Amino acid sequence: MDDIAIKVEGVGKTFKLPHEKQTSLKGAFINLFKGGNRSFERQHALKDITFDVKKGEFFGIVGRNGSGKSTMLKLLAGIYAPTKGTIAVNGKLTPFIELGVGFSPELSGRDNVFLNGSLLGFNRKEMEGMYQDIVDFAELERFMDQKLKNYSSGMQVRLAFSIAIRARSDILLLDEVLAVGDADFQRKCLRYFTYLKNNKKTVVFVSHDMESIRKYCDRVILIEDGNIKLEGIPRKVITEFMSGFVEHNEENSPNVEKNGVAASNLPLGIAEAVTTDKTLLKIDRVWLENLEGQKIDEIDKNTNEYYVKFIIEAKKDIQKVVPGVIVTNELGDFVVAVNSKWAGSSLKTTLTDKNKYLIKFKLLNIYEQGNYKISVNVVSEDFNTFYAWKNEVCSLYVNRPYVTGGKVNPPSTVEITEL
Amino acid sequence: MIKRIFSKRNRVLLAELVRTDFKLRYQGSVLGYTWSLLRPLLLFTILYLVFIKFLHVNYGVPHSAVYLLVGIILWNFFLEVTAGSLGSIVQRGDLIRKIRIPRWIIVVSSSLSAVISLLLNFIVIGVFMVLNHVSVNIDLVWLPLILLEIYLFALGLAFFLSAAFVHYRDISYIWEVICQALFYLTPLLYPVSKLKWPIIKKILFMSPLTQAVQDARYVIVTHQSYTLSNAVHSILFRGMPFLIFILVFVLGISYFRKKSKTFAEDI
Repeated sequence: MDDIAIKVEGVGKTFKLPHEKQTSLKGAFINLFKGGNRSFERQHALKDITFDVKKGEFFGIVGRNGSGKSTMLKLLAGIYAPTKGTIAVNGKLTPFIELGVGFSPELSGRDNVFLNGSLLGFNRKEMEGMYQDIVDFAELERFMDQKLKNYSSGMQVRLAFSIAIRARSDILLLDEVLAVGDADFQRKCLRYFTYLKNNKKTVVFVSHDMESIRKYCDRVILIEDGNIKLEGIPRKVITEFMSGFVEHNEENSPNVEKNGVAASNLPLGIAEAVTTDKTLLKIDRVWLENLEGQKIDEIDKNTNEYYVKFIIEAKKDIQKVVPGVIVTNELGDFVVAVNSKWAGSSLKTTLTDKNKYLIKFKLLNIYEQGNYKISVNVVSEDFNTFYAWKNEVCSLYVNRPYVTGGKVNPPSTVEITEL
Repeated sequence: MIKRIFSKRNRVLLAELVRTDFKLRYQGSVLGYTWSLLRPLLLFTILYLVFIKFLHVNYGVPHSAVYLLVGIILWNFFLEVTAGSLGSIVQRGDLIRKIRIPRWIIVVSSSLSAVISLLLNFIVIGVFMVLNHVSVNIDLVWLPLILLEIYLFALGLAFFLSAAFVHYRDISYIWEVICQALFYLTPLLYPVSKLKWPIIKKILFMSPLTQAVQDARYVIVTHQSYTLSNAVHSILFRGMPFLIFILVFVLGISYFRKKSKTFAEDI
């Protein structure tokens, strides 16, 4: 137990969700008398979770929305009591998991600093001592006597963050702190993370930002449907997590039908008017390769070019197809979109029934550091009919020695010449 | 246990929450804190005019104005603690859902603003005592105990009400009605000594409020205040209001403790 900060054993959490569908006064009246036996629906947010967090570890929890990761954090914080299992915490825990909790909009910034400090257990005298540092760090000197409701959300977050980092806890729980604030604030956050990491603080970190998970976490668990699906080093878990998205984006996921095609299944960036015809060919397999012919899911500054390869199988004889590749970043923005027509490559234009064909795209590594997803598709020559597609079928992590802040990071050269 | 309850963190938090409550309460009002004094004073003026000047109710005691005032201020205190704390857990849902703090602190902090108001109001009572030439007697030393009884009784109810309110929002309406009833079941405006049937007096004195208010009047204003020992003669029954008080306090806290585990998900 000495080197373990948090021990979670067989924890489950079930919520009782009351059915509240009272449409008539009579119904409400009857319900009043039934009182305690309102009907409930049980929601098993977490089923059977077991893990430990070691002292000094930066521990990540990832999962899709609604997978139970925030519930897990609230259980760790002691806000929820587990339905079953035990949680043992060895050390002083930060009491809150979000920034700015307990802020009162009607009070001045100054009063809120003291109020928030009291939640961390600092009395007025101790807070007086740190007050100036907090204000300086938040860069809000001029605003401290204004009511908090007149602050912008960015200012509120800055203030909250400046207070939160004063916490003298051994174990910190952070839920999506990066989701708010501007780039400048995020840089401050990241610097704080580095500080925590260097000072061997124990941190449990929940985020959707795979980049910071990969960069800071020593170990990550992936929660899916209330269970731990995978535990391990960030790279492994993130790859698995990202491929989970692919499954959900497969062609036959249930969704609203639009023109006979499920809307979410349409290839990325396709206008509604486009027709589809899936009877002609199908995409078999998609993978990424480096120039040496090895499969990859990560490239770095030494990689100038890589391949996106996929196999298509014709179901009939077809003429003139245009295969394409789209690379999207974590936000879903198109970074690169190419197809054979735009690339000007001459392809064999006639496909024969039951034959398989390998398509090979050679792409340049122009990316900024981050996670990217590859989608592939095959369309008719006039771009009006889609024959086959696979959305976000591969993940690609791009590693760079530094982050430029630009959208892309293409190779460039600089020369200086004396004139 | 006691050490844990009064840990530094809890004390700091309690102080800061009370300060916040007090600051927020009179925000945007011109007179601010003075309303804590002004409100019961105005209420008292109305009741004084109606019951003493117009209706000529004879309380059968000297200094009937102070006598009336003490009753009203104590009643107001009871009302402020219970009704004020009733919604406290729900209102502070943001804290409860996102921070691990002892839940009772929220109820206690909201009740403590009422305590501050009460202390301010005792300044008013003091002024009236001087104006009315009320002579202070040695029994006044019992006053803190009597106030503590009312406070803990109200706090026990506040714990129960605030926890029940999380599940049943009807509680606020029900409590309003009950308070109306309690207002008349406590001899605030009428002289209890003049009630016709002794049994009614006995029943009224089963309420800790009646017992405490009459005792407070006894120690502050006049020994002619009609108290528990005047109305109830059996020693066994004299214990009843205290038993009820302790029962309410203990049950209120244990109900709160039981329910507080799931506040975060129930709100």
